[in-house]
Formats: sequence, C-alpha cells, structure tokens
Amino acid sequence: MDKFEKLTGIAAPMPLVNIDTDMIIPKVFLKTIKRSGLGVNLFDEMRYDRQGNEIEDFVLNQPQYREAEILVAGDNFGCGSSREHAPWALKDFGIKAVVSTSFADIFYNNCFKNGILPIVLPQDAVDVLMKDAEKGSNARMTVDLEAQTVTTSDGEVFSFEVDSFKKHCLLNGLDDIGLSMEKAGSIDSFEQKAAQARPWV
Amino acid sequence: MSPKTLYDKIWDAHVVHEDANGTCLLYIDRHLVHEVTSPQAFEGLRMAGRKVRAPDKTIAVPDHNVPTTAGREDPKNMTEDSAIQVAALDTNAKEFGIHYYPVSDIRQGIVHIVGPEQGWTLPGMTVVCGDSHTATHGAFGALAHGIGTSEVEHVLATQTLIQKKSKNMKVEITGKLRPGVTAKDITLSVIGETGTAGGTGYVIEYCGEAIRDLSMEGRMTVCNMAIEGGARAGLIAPDEKTFEYVRGRPHAPKGAQWEAALAWWKTLYSDDDAHWDKVVTIKGEDIAPVVTWGTSPEDVLPITAAVPAPEDFEGGKVDAARRSLDYMGLEPGQKLTDIEIDTVFIGSCTNGRIEDLRAAAEILKGKKVKDGMRAMVVPGSGLVRAQAEEEGIADIFKQAGFEWRLAGCSMCLAMNPDQLSEGERCASTSNRNFEGRQGYKGRTHLVSPAMAAAAAVTGKLTDVRDLM
Ligand code: SF4
Repeated sequence: MDKFEKLTGIAAPMPLVNIDTDMIIPKVFLKTIKRSGLGVNLFDEMRYDRQGNEIEDFVLNQPQYREAEILVAGDNFGCGSSREHAPWALKDFGIKAVVSTSFADIFYNNCFKNGILPIVLPQDAVDVLMKDAEKGSNARMTVDLEAQTVTTSDGEVFSFEVDSFKKHCLLNGLDDIGLSMEKAGSIDSFEQKAAQARPWV
Repeated sequence: MSPKTLYDKIWDAHVVHEDANGTCLLYIDRHLVHEVTSPQAFEGLRMAGRKVRAPDKTIAVPDHNVPTTAGREDPKNMTEDSAIQVAALDTNAKEFGIHYYPVSDIRQGIVHIVGPEQGWTLPGMTVVCGDSHTATHGAFGALAHGIGTSEVEHVLATQTLIQKKSKNMKVEITGKLRPGVTAKDITLSVIGETGTAGGTGYVIEYCGEAIRDLSMEGRMTVCNMAIEGGARAGLIAPDEKTFEYVRGRPHAPKGAQWEAALAWWKTLYSDDDAHWDKVVTIKGEDIAPVVTWGTSPEDVLPITAAVPAPEDFEGGKVDAARRSLDYMGLEPGQKLTDIEIDTVFIGSCTNGRIEDLRAAAEILKGKKVKDGMRAMVVPGSGLVRAQAEEEGIADIFKQAGFEWRLAGCSMCLAMNPDQLSEGERCASTSNRNFEGRQGYKGRTHLVSPAMAAAAAVTGKLTDVRDLM
C-alpha cells in the first residue's frame, strides 16, 4: 500500500451533504475484476452527460480543480454501499485526502486500506476549509498526518483526530493482512477454544 | 461482572487479540461472498500465495449481476462483464474450496436471504460480507456488518477482521403497530427520525414490544436498513421465534449440539442495567405507512403528507433537498398520494422474503395492475420462489399482471438488465433511493411490499389502508 505522510495540494469543494457511493462511482463501473482504471468514472453521473461530454459546472471539470488531490465535502460523505470501488476511483483520479464533518463507517475504513486519508473536522473548521478550497488552484492546502493537522493557504491550522493504529499503517504503508498473519498463533488458539465452547459454529 | 449489552457479549466472545489502543482482531464465524466485491480479494490472495483460512465458514453465491429471466445459466444471456464476474466467482469458489450456490441451484438467491435460509446465520455469531446490507443477519442476534474488498481479502486470509468497538445505541419501538404498518415502515421511520448519519459510530439494538411482535422476516427487514441509518450493524436479541426459525435448517446444529447452542443463545440479551450511549424511543402507534420523497433514505414521510419545500430544512440539507426535488421531478406542497408511478418493484434483501410476497399478494388478490404500468416481483431466493408457487401466491401476482422473475438483486441496484429508464418513477421495496440507483435518472420511492402492491393497483403512491 502507498504511504501517506504529508501533502500540499489543490482542494476541490463539494459542499453537498450525503454524497453516496453511487454518486462516487455508479454501479455500472462495478463490473470490473480489477482495482485500477476507475478514475475516469469518478462521480460519473455528475461529471458527464449521457453522451459522455463533460458537464462544465461540475467541480472536477473546472480547469482549476482538475489536478485536485484533496476533497472538502459536506456531511456524511461516502454513505451507502460497501463498494471499495469508491476509494479506488478517488485514488485513481488522484485524490489522497477527503475532509468532511462525518463519513460513513465502511467508506472511512476502506479509505485507509487504499492510502487515502479521510479527515473529520467540526462544521466551523470544514466551513473555513470549504471557503479556502473555493479559491481554486492558487490556494494550496497542506495535510500533515504525522502532526495531524490541516493548514489552509492562509496558514490557519486545524488539528484532527485519527486512530493511532490506522495512522501507523498509513504512515508506513503497511498491509494489514501481513500484520494480522503474524498473529496466526493467537488465531489458532482462539479457534481451539471456540471449537470447545461453541462446537456448532 | 459488569452489565453488558448484547453487542458487548457477542464482541467479547470473538476477540482474538486486543492492542493497547483498543484495536482488536475479531474472529469471524461466517463469511458470505458475492461476485461483485470479491474478485479483487481472491486475486490478492492468489498474488500473495495465500489460502482461504476457513473455507468451511465461507459461503458464496452470485446475486448482484445475474439476470432474473429464464435461460440465465447460459453466460451468453448475460452482458459480457457480468458473465466475467460470475465466472470469476465460479472459479474462485472451486479453486479455494468454499461453499457455493451457482445460479443453476434452487438455493441460489440474494446472499442475505440465502444465509439465514440455509441456517448459516445463527445467534451470537459474527457474520461479514462485502456488502453493506449484511446488517440483515442482525435479526438473529448475530453481529453482522458489511466490509470492503480489502477486508474481504483480510477475512479470507485470516478469518479475522481488525476492528474497534462501536458504541451502543438502543432503538426501542414500544406498543403495537397499527393496521397497514409493517417492519419496513418501522425501519424507514427510524431513519426519518435519526437521519442517515444518526447511527454512525454505533451498533443499534432494536427492542420493544413492536419489535418482539415481528416475525423473523420482519426483523430482517428492520436490521437490513440499519446501515441506511449509518450504524455499523443492527441487532435484535434472539428469542423463541428466532430458535424456531433456525431449528432444522440445513446448517443449523442438531441433537446435543442444538441443546448446547440453545443454552448459550438464551444468554444473549442486554442486561437490564447495561450502559447505552444513545437511546431513541418511538411509539409503535405513532408509525404510519411511509414513503420516501427524495434521494436519501432519510427523506421519509407518512403517505398522508405532502412533498416538503427546501426551506423546511436547515444547513446543507436545504441544497440537498432542492437537488432531490429537482431530480425526483416533484413540487413542494404536492400531495404524496397524487404522485403517479410507472413501475413497481417487489424484491431485494429488504423485502424479498415469503412474508413480503404474502403481504403484497394479500392486497393484489382479485385486482389488476393499472394499465400501462410495469410491475415486477423478484423473489429473494429460489426457495422463496418455490414456496410462493406452492402457496398460490405466484398465481395471484401473475393474474394481477406482475412479471414473476427468478431470484437475484435485480432492480434493487440495477446491475443486471432490470433497470429504470430516464425519468421512470418506481415504487420499490428495496432500500436505497439514491440518484441513479435503479437506473440512470430513474426515480425511486421506497415503500413496504403492501404499499408497493397498492401503488401497482392504483398507479399512484397510495395509502394501503384505503385498500384494506
Ligand atoms: S438486494 Fe439490493 S441491497 Fe440487497 S444485496 Fe442485493 S443489491 Fe444489495
């Protein structure tokens, strides 16, 4: 997995609340058996018309946001299905961090497995960052995972919380399957105990 | 010992390892797999030279992509990319030696219907699937939730999941439901009350008289939509109804094991003085048959109400409501019962079980689908379908003018050919009314099976109580 340490980049504003996984990557694109190549279809139905032409007002189609690496979004981002295609598509497009007041649980976890940092901040902080993002490509925001801060283009700093284990994995690009397999001994002994306590399972 | 909730009890029984910061490795008793979210996980195993750790606890069934029309065993009758996904599941199931129900098997169906039906889902278990509606299995007092594909791979390889414990939330539905009100109305009303993020960070336990009174099918409907309320999982404490449902199922314990299981299952309830981080109480009598008007499951109103205006809301919801109304083609103040419907879809893991089909058939008996409408029933599994045929319910649907389909997810998410066209308006028993969910620019109103049947008869969103 890719590491995430520190990033200074363009942030795109998406103030809409409840942006769901069907918006992030519509189901027609779930029929792949690969993880890559979904970036062109990120936000497909909002981004293109039926003929496949770009819809001009959509934020990621605007020249100043085409290279965005951060999204600042409305409440409850990523709600809906468990499809990991959502973070795969964000990542493939180039988004490495998403800021919102809250995220749906499964989406939040899926981000960490793919080197994307989801950042939860209170409404007033998100409001400030949204304003900053609206300034376009001259305003670059900085996300520092080690320090757990987001800094606006004007130098205003907001601190965020992140689980220490998730932070450790993301900073070091660790694959958690490998980490868990190191605990195979504990899993074996759990299975032996469980086989006695609940033999019907 | 300190008092515990049901969630605490199941959690504690499955912790393999706990880190200093509270991150746990949780053992998974059942892993359900379908064709859409698993190919990349199996591919990952293969590339790392890993095996499935517990193939006997892993169950696969194709459901999301499969056509629901005759002849679907032949891949030529699927779109190429769907056929590739289904073929990948076939291959992976064989190669890794997991339990498998192919489309040609009568037991095939929606993964969340097949699991309980076959007795794979049992009280007190941990159950996961690469699908958010895994919450359904919580109806058995199992801790069940959706996971992403990386986590699917993690469970395949280790039979565990890295998890942090959620908080405890209690949703109590007191008293009795009024006639015409069903499990679907309960679960939608709860989301209407708490919002789609109201459960974020929590595991919900549903309790109270109205929940106790529900059948197992109804309880599955309630837990199914816990995820739409943002919760990691929904749970209902097992009781005699649960045990009766489970008894005799193909993979349920038998003989002495049954007795041992039962003894443990009976300890699975929240202690009286257990701690709740959040409590929501709703009076059963206050719940009406509801419909959604917008593009979020929280956009719920009693069928007797009118379409709201964006200004009725606050904050970011004002714009979201404006966008929803525009997408749905609705005007503020319009009576919900004046909204005309083009299509009715009965099915999905929310409402594709036998009780749901019975409830719809009850309304349809001796009536016809309104001229010019499309109406479709997609039973949740081959066995539900067979039972409905045996009970004569299939005939009621067919005589009314419904298409009687084969089992699968179908128009719930429209990955197969069952889709809404642009602007087509559907009364649907599924669980998501997101933009484009049932087809590009399709418009979805979520309702109970009885309400869907009523809409089919009148051609409008209809208060089912008027037809009872
Ligand atoms: S029926 Fe719908 S919600 Fe249920 S598993 Fe299938 S697609 Fe998902």
